[in-house]
Amino acid sequence: MHSLTVVIDALPAMLAGGLVTVGNVAVSLSLGLCLGVPLAVGQIYGDALARRLVHIYVWFFCGVPILVLLFLFYGLFIFLGLPAEPFSICCVVLGLTSAAYQSQIFRGAMLSLPRGQLNAARALGMKDRTAVASVILPQALRLSIPGFANEFSILLKDSAICFVLGTQDIMARTSFAAARTHEHLALYAAAGLLYFLLTWLVLKLLHLLERRVHIPGYAAGAEAGAFSGGQT
Amino acid sequence: MNARPVLRLEGISKSLGGKRILNACSLTVCRGELKVLIGPSGAGKSTLLQCINCLIQPDEGEIWLDGKLLDRTDDGALCAFRAQVGMIFQDFNLFDHLTAAENVTIALRKVRGFSRARAEERAGEELERVGLANRRHLYPAELSGGQKQRVAIARALAMDPRVILLDEPTSALDPELAGEVLSVIQLLARGGMTMIMATHQMDFARALAHEILFMEKGVIVEQGAPAALLLEGRATRTRDFCAKLADLRANR
Repeated sequence: MHSLTVVIDALPAMLAGGLVTVGNVAVSLSLGLCLGVPLAVGQIYGDALARRLVHIYVWFFCGVPILVLLFLFYGLFIFLGLPAEPFSICCVVLGLTSAAYQSQIFRGAMLSLPRGQLNAARALGMKDRTAVASVILPQALRLSIPGFANEFSILLKDSAICFVLGTQDIMARTSFAAARTHEHLALYAAAGLLYFLLTWLVLKLLHLLERRVHIPGYAAGAEAGAFSGGQT
Repeated sequence: MNARPVLRLEGISKSLGGKRILNACSLTVCRGELKVLIGPSGAGKSTLLQCINCLIQPDEGEIWLDGKLLDRTDDGALCAFRAQVGMIFQDFNLFDHLTAAENVTIALRKVRGFSRARAEERAGEELERVGLANRRHLYPAELSGGQKQRVAIARALAMDPRVILLDEPTSALDPELAGEVLSVIQLLARGGMTMIMATHQMDFARALAHEILFMEKGVIVEQGAPAALLLEGRATRTRDFCAKLADLRANR
């Protein structure tokens, strides 16, 4: 019974931490989207230099652990004289890392489109920039939603590590309460449940989005997903 | 023929992976002419058509449209050129995320700078012309192969092309659907549209082509009016090939 009161006592703080976590993930995921799309376009349609730069970027952020990046950017912020505020550093690190992963999701989706789509757009006199923006991306982004949902759930869980820099997220509030009360089992079970609920909610929303933008009659879209889902 | 040349190719060559795909191909198409490219698979028909609007960049040669030499290194000039040269693909290549009408309007809006209303009006006219006015709100995946190809034709026509290139437009279709596409092309030919078409539909070529060009191993080996090339008793490469096609059909 004592465990329950501890959890109930800690809950307001943990929910407030939930807002920080949500904010952190929302900013990082958006930053990752805004950077990931141009990175993917650059890697496919860019010149040799652009492709090389994207390659190095992706290699760096996929290759270095987030924990290392957090401290590295903490140092970098101080070195550059920027305010070393934990929330911003975490958003930048998670955002840049997510951009690397997201760029590969978009790249895969773009490459999976038939080559003829770009040819048809070019044959109509579209500049490559227009063809990519109005023919390639609208289709590739639709195909990217399942991969993007996956990236979201990974990012949400990765965000828990940000407490090492002192953000006041779910993880930080929980560990603070646990250190005070020694009710690790109950508190971390509650924290796990919170993360799980957030994941579930957003995945549901993304699934709704996928259905909403599904192209009628197009087999590679939500219908195929629903079919494979129905089999399991 | 003393009509005005619309499109002229001069010595187009292309190698891919060290292999010569096209070897100094030249041809001239005059206003209102239908030229038909025939020849065995791998002869370079498709490559030649794609070299004309530089979807495949030729290694050598000149491309002239309305007496003006195309500068292939200039992106702007290339886009302006392509906007005047329609292209119909074997596998349609409709934009899968757009309805039939949007497939037609997108280039009008993004390339020609039409307003939405004006583009939609134009798309309505062109879809009407290919007999698909009542399908305008359907997506490509909801259309039959023949309907897709007719939307692709409407999409090309909407740009008011000087010439249309057709790359085996009926090869991916069963005979019935091929028929509905061929009758649209026939309508265009009768209406005086300038076209270059690669096809294996010999009856169509015989009936409508002003000139047949026979290609083999990247070279245009014979060209002439269908009557001359296919004349009974003439020993032309084209006749050989057609006899073989006819044999295959009879043996089926």
